[in-house]
Amino acid sequence: MAEHIIRLQGVTKEFDTKGGKVVALKDIDLDIERGDSYGIIGLSGAGKSTLVRTINLLEEPTEGKVIFDGNLLTGLKNKDLNLHRRKISMIFQQFNLLMQRDAIGNICFPMEIAGVPKAEAVKKAKELLKVVDLEDRAHSYPSQLSGGQKQRVAIARALASDPEVILCDEATSALDPKTTRSILKLLRQINEERGITLVVITHEMGVIKQLCNKVAVIEGGRIVERGDVQDVFARPKTKAARKLFFPDSEDSELPETRTAVRNRLRLVFDEETAYKPIISNMILATGEPVNLLYANMDALLDEQRGQMVIALSDNKEAAEKQKAYLIKEGVEFTEIEEDSDYYDYPLHGFREEESE
Amino acid sequence: MDFSTLGSLLGQGTLDTLYMIVVCTVVSYIIGLPIGVSLIVTAPGGIRPLALYNKVVGFIVNILRSVPFLILMIALMPYIRKIIGTGIGKEAATAALIVAAAPFVARLVEQSLLEVDPGVIEAAQAMGANNFQIVRKVLLLEARPSLLNGAAVATINILGYTAMAGIVGAGGLGEIAIRYGLYRFQPSIMWITIVILVIMVQILQEIGIKVVAKYDNRIN
Repeated sequence: MAEHIIRLQGVTKEFDTKGGKVVALKDIDLDIERGDSYGIIGLSGAGKSTLVRTINLLEEPTEGKVIFDGNLLTGLKNKDLNLHRRKISMIFQQFNLLMQRDAIGNICFPMEIAGVPKAEAVKKAKELLKVVDLEDRAHSYPSQLSGGQKQRVAIARALASDPEVILCDEATSALDPKTTRSILKLLRQINEERGITLVVITHEMGVIKQLCNKVAVIEGGRIVERGDVQDVFARPKTKAARKLFFPDSEDSELPETRTAVRNRLRLVFDEETAYKPIISNMILATGEPVNLLYANMDALLDEQRGQMVIALSDNKEAAEKQKAYLIKEGVEFTEIEEDSDYYDYPLHGFREEESE
Repeated sequence: MDFSTLGSLLGQGTLDTLYMIVVCTVVSYIIGLPIGVSLIVTAPGGIRPLALYNKVVGFIVNILRSVPFLILMIALMPYIRKIIGTGIGKEAATAALIVAAAPFVARLVEQSLLEVDPGVIEAAQAMGANNFQIVRKVLLLEARPSLLNGAAVATINILGYTAMAGIVGAGGLGEIAIRYGLYRFQPSIMWITIVILVIMVQILQEIGIKVVAKYDNRIN
């Protein structure tokens, strides 16, 4: 059962730049089993995009071996490599669709390259459009599609060559949260129903949580931690992992150390309130301190919105005053139940608010 | 000069100019398009980097592009005379025009292909496309609107060159303008040729815009 579809052995990648050699990947060993949905998470510059590109040799490793489905890919001639590449599809953050071809044309493209007869390719492309739920946009050009629809076309295109593996390079990073969720659902379905192995590159742990069963944390070109998603999330061993999972809690702070705080509110700042010094003014106005537990301004998930978790004064009357002040200032807030883990909000907080 | 003589003079001039434009544009693209493509393919970071080829060809294109057309044409005359037997007339002028226009076309093509999103090329590589497929199905197709736009610019430019070639007896409207307007001081005839030239440019431009719009799937 535990068959390795992808194996990286001692993969190192160096780039020659004007400033000298830059080591992007250092001695990476990675085994991915068939059917896995393997997340690779890291901050930008950690080397994750380079890593995923070594799998299909878009980046040729300086050292080390890349083995796909039992075949050594490193050192192959382009012609032979191209045959294997057809079984490793890829989707991208910027979709990378052909702008001059409609949806069907884009999905037919990999089949055209592989020499599939046109009629057969078109028939299959139409079926794949059904899979990604875009039947009615068959003849739309990418410029007429939304980001989520473009990624759906890209996913259909990725499926067209009947791949063993789909490499997802920040596939949802350019999408809004709602679309992200639907794309992740689609990918998960593809992984579960078709048994296609996924390699998921991301900097958002929400993606890992919703899509992956395994995860590797990459930092400074090395894999510093790996394992089942549940384990790594529950007990991150390295600082790098904690930093990614709990981005705004100072490195060492684990969530359980703070959930004891009472009287917590989660505030949501919209475009109007985001730049006002509301908390400071509230403290001045009510004369009572608050405890600031978490704050974040996120441009990616939802433009110009921020959120904050604060603990109100222990004094009930003062706490009521503070709430009244927030209402007056027009800040949205919700009270957090005592046992909930507010560290989950950074990723899912905004998603709760959307409706279909 | 009576009306019908003038008419046939201008008619012949227009035909000669059109002949030079068409032959020169077609041949310049036959030469310039592959050179432009090869410059993109062999560039550092291209799909098949070849530093030496890229530098040498790029250098030659630059040199030919930086010599003013009139001077290039005069400099080429003795060689053209040796090769095709005559240094004047529309055939000789067309030969000189091609030497000047082909590098220009190569650069235009290179610029157009540069606009193709590298991500799309990477996607094609990831699918297992070979370099030939990438050139044919990705580069040339994705850059098609820009290439057509470039072709309109090139044609209008070549029209300008043909007029200049009139100075060395190329025939066509340019020569008529120079001969009658400058040497015989008949500005009215010169003005007529100018009007015809302007109309030709406008028509070419309109055709260019229409064709580009028709073939650009990013807008409609």
